[in-house]
Amino acid sequence: MLSKVSRYFRALPFALFLIVATILPAMAGAFEDAVAKFANDEFSDTEEAVDTLATSSNPLAYTIVSALQDDRLMADPDTKKIYVKQPDGKIIDALTGAPVDSLPDSAASVRLNNKLRRHVEAALGSLTLQSPDPAKRVQAAQSVFKTHDDAMLPAIDSALAKETNKDARLAFSEARAAILLFKEDATDAEKLEAIGIIRSRGDQEALALLTGLTGEQPPLVARAAAAATTAIQNRLAIWSAVQNAWYGLSLGSVLLLAAIGLAITFGVMGVINMAHGEMVMIGAYVTFVVQQTIRTSFPGLFDYSLLIAVPLAFLVAGAIGVLIERTIIRFLYGRPLETLLATWGLSLVLQQAVRTMFGPTNQEVGNPSWMSGSFDLGQISITYNRLWILCFTLAVFAILLAMLRYTALGLEMRAVTQNRRMAASMGIATSRVDALTFGLGSGIAGIAGVALSQIDNVSPNLGQSYIIDSFMVVVFGGVGNLWGTLVGAFTLGIANKFLEPVAGAVLGKIAILVLIILFIQKRPRGLFALKGRAVEA
Amino acid sequence: MLTKLTHDIATPLSRRRWLAATAGLVLGLAGFTTAKAADDTIKVGVLHSLSGTMAISETTLKDTVLFMIDEQNKKGGVLGKKLEAVVVDPASNWPLFAEKARELITKDKVAVVFGCWTSVSRKSVLPVFKELNSILFYPVQYEGEESERNVFYTGAAPNQQAIPAVDYLMKEEKVKRWVLAGTDYVYPRTTNKILEAYLKSKGVKQEDIMINYTPFGHSDWQTIVADIKKFGSAGKKTAVVSTINGDANVPFYKELGNQGIKATDIPVVAFSVGEEELAGIDTKPLLGHLAAWNYFESIKTPANEKFIKEWQAYTKNPKRTTNDPMEATYIGFNMWVKAVEKAKSTDADKVIDALPGTKTPNLTGGVSELLPNHHITKPVFIGEIKGNGQFDVVWKTPGLVAGDAWSKELPDSKDLIGDWVGKKCGNYNTKTNKCGGQGS
Repeated sequence: MLSKVSRYFRALPFALFLIVATILPAMAGAFEDAVAKFANDEFSDTEEAVDTLATSSNPLAYTIVSALQDDRLMADPDTKKIYVKQPDGKIIDALTGAPVDSLPDSAASVRLNNKLRRHVEAALGSLTLQSPDPAKRVQAAQSVFKTHDDAMLPAIDSALAKETNKDARLAFSEARAAILLFKEDATDAEKLEAIGIIRSRGDQEALALLTGLTGEQPPLVARAAAAATTAIQNRLAIWSAVQNAWYGLSLGSVLLLAAIGLAITFGVMGVINMAHGEMVMIGAYVTFVVQQTIRTSFPGLFDYSLLIAVPLAFLVAGAIGVLIERTIIRFLYGRPLETLLATWGLSLVLQQAVRTMFGPTNQEVGNPSWMSGSFDLGQISITYNRLWILCFTLAVFAILLAMLRYTALGLEMRAVTQNRRMAASMGIATSRVDALTFGLGSGIAGIAGVALSQIDNVSPNLGQSYIIDSFMVVVFGGVGNLWGTLVGAFTLGIANKFLEPVAGAVLGKIAILVLIILFIQKRPRGLFALKGRAVEA
Repeated sequence: MLTKLTHDIATPLSRRRWLAATAGLVLGLAGFTTAKAADDTIKVGVLHSLSGTMAISETTLKDTVLFMIDEQNKKGGVLGKKLEAVVVDPASNWPLFAEKARELITKDKVAVVFGCWTSVSRKSVLPVFKELNSILFYPVQYEGEESERNVFYTGAAPNQQAIPAVDYLMKEEKVKRWVLAGTDYVYPRTTNKILEAYLKSKGVKQEDIMINYTPFGHSDWQTIVADIKKFGSAGKKTAVVSTINGDANVPFYKELGNQGIKATDIPVVAFSVGEEELAGIDTKPLLGHLAAWNYFESIKTPANEKFIKEWQAYTKNPKRTTNDPMEATYIGFNMWVKAVEKAKSTDADKVIDALPGTKTPNLTGGVSELLPNHHITKPVFIGEIKGNGQFDVVWKTPGLVAGDAWSKELPDSKDLIGDWVGKKCGNYNTKTNKCGGQGS
């Protein structure tokens, strides 16, 4: 019953508009004048046009302003005609809404600057207050909350009166509170109530609003605002600790991902592989090539590009790893210094090879839609790409652990690294196992590259920035122990993120290095030292 | 990896030599560049890193110089002689820059060198150019506080980039609170020092300025972006002035986009982000963030359109972008050609004397002039990032801005000027009327 009434009310403005539009041609004239201004391509004219449209009740107003926001509003400077490119690619005349076959060649999109974008957001806010979609109404209320423009109060009041959705009601009452707080002639009681509502919202924006409250305020209001500010600040301080922990986990997952491959080649096999970072880089470039192919040939598959890239990156990097082991490292077992120099040289060769093939500049690797943006958990925002990388890292770790424990190859790997001669006498082809182990480590580095391409530059230098961190994690966690790598990565990540706000990024990094050096002095074999005879080997 | 450097060294190396060359890469390259002395050509040195971390930015400038030489030779060269490029690779290694510069001047006998990107590489080659009395054209925006007889600075000084950008934010965006974020090295530190002094002179309080430095190639921006968000929620309009260098920008902007900081809330104005850097990111979430430069690829002038067309034809890549340091190289190269023709000689002393006062058209419709302090006049543009990876110019200075070698904002340098025409001095103190003040 109630919803029926509200639907009736929501249709009311539209009906009113029809009446007004037919009776008063002058109203429609304002709309037309406003639209015509877009053709001038002057920021001041566009601003006036947007402001006029914001209060216009023409149903096309929303279409036009949202098109302007997305760069889809086209103006033809010759004929002064305005067109809207709809999201589905169709083109309509902005004045009449009539479909148009094609855009004239001279049409260009109407330009925006930041000031205008703010106007556009405010206009969209007031145009969508009545939207049938509750999510859009919440968004509209949020934008009013930010601008807290006096003129919006009647619109908010009427929207609030007939709002039935719980979230939208809350958003509207917060927007109303924001307006009242800044309204010159609001009573103390109104202001105090507004402060209460804003205090219970309790996020960054509420704090921004309260601290932005300047000028002469009645003592009662000023006191309440100050109390609310401290309350919100205290609450946010707790959340910021949670946030640091989350950032630490996220950084730890990146470190772990970069280091797992090294934990195999360096930790298990004992090869100091300076070209490890380049395997990561190759994985990232595989992602780039996959996305490039998908973009040109199968655009619909773009959201799956990373899923396709993961096995390919594993195979490509793994194959290169096997090749390196067979052609270089196999001759250098037991000679760490030569291995170090050879693999370092190799890393330069690989970098320059990629530079020659793809050019020295960054390549664009897009984020699939499910990896873009963020969601709010309490007062912290968690970005999807970091969350997915954390899950992905743990999955890779679990699979690797299971592989080493339960498969025949895993058993052989452990046998060979623990006692090569014994394993050989048991009939294990040790050189084949060596090649495969190195290939596995490199392949996992390649997989890491797929994930890192989502948060870092895809350039020939990508690997260099991770090689030191990877060695740090493996040495800290304890050579030869995958669990040590896991614990080491997360410890370093979290320690780094708790130090960073205090000491700054540069000093934080130095402090971590110093701590690790001190730690290694105390426990030379890392967090989880291998015990038994393997230590002597 | 060696094939890229010069064409004549791509001889197959034996395995042992290959290992030696890779392990001792730094030394290995020194002996390779062969110099064929020929009297009918003028040699032009190109000193840009083609490998290592800076290759990402500098390779393009190497191509630009080669492109300019090619164009000039089509017009008949200079003084009736063809130009010949001598390309060396200092491999992003600062001491190697000095070695390579020495090699170019003494062994290859180049008439002029175009090169360097980072300030530390410029500082590293300075003594070489002074000692051997040769000419260096430096095409990158830098922190100022320098004016040398042998160096010509065609990039922006702080008053040609940083100060106008801050002015724009103050006037147009009504910014009251400032985050100065930079990579931890000399250019951001000096620029931020100048900006801090400038902001304070405009009445901005200390608590409204947040300064943050990060290491080179910083990739985990979560904490800093969250801090910026927090700093920006104090009820006053906030902006970020970014001197974050090259590679670290992509993860920075990605984090900004993901944490939902929009340009309408907290705009970021960058001094080191150009078309080339944006090529590596999806710019949709960055719509409206700003950059300040003296040139944008999107500026529509006949000269610029011609330049872009010829550049893309030369590189055989119809999507190849252009950027500000390329324009600075273009201006520097044309100024050198003019000065050589005026001096009728490539002799360093004569060209250095002929250069101040030289005027050449820039690509944005104006005419840049080389000043007595060895900097040039340039227009300043503020551009907003668009969805297609280009910039849309939203503001520009009314005329050309003359580059200050010494910042007027810093107490140590406010009385200094560079004047190589009248005073023959790079750091002339106008208060004491003596050559040799602080800073140099």
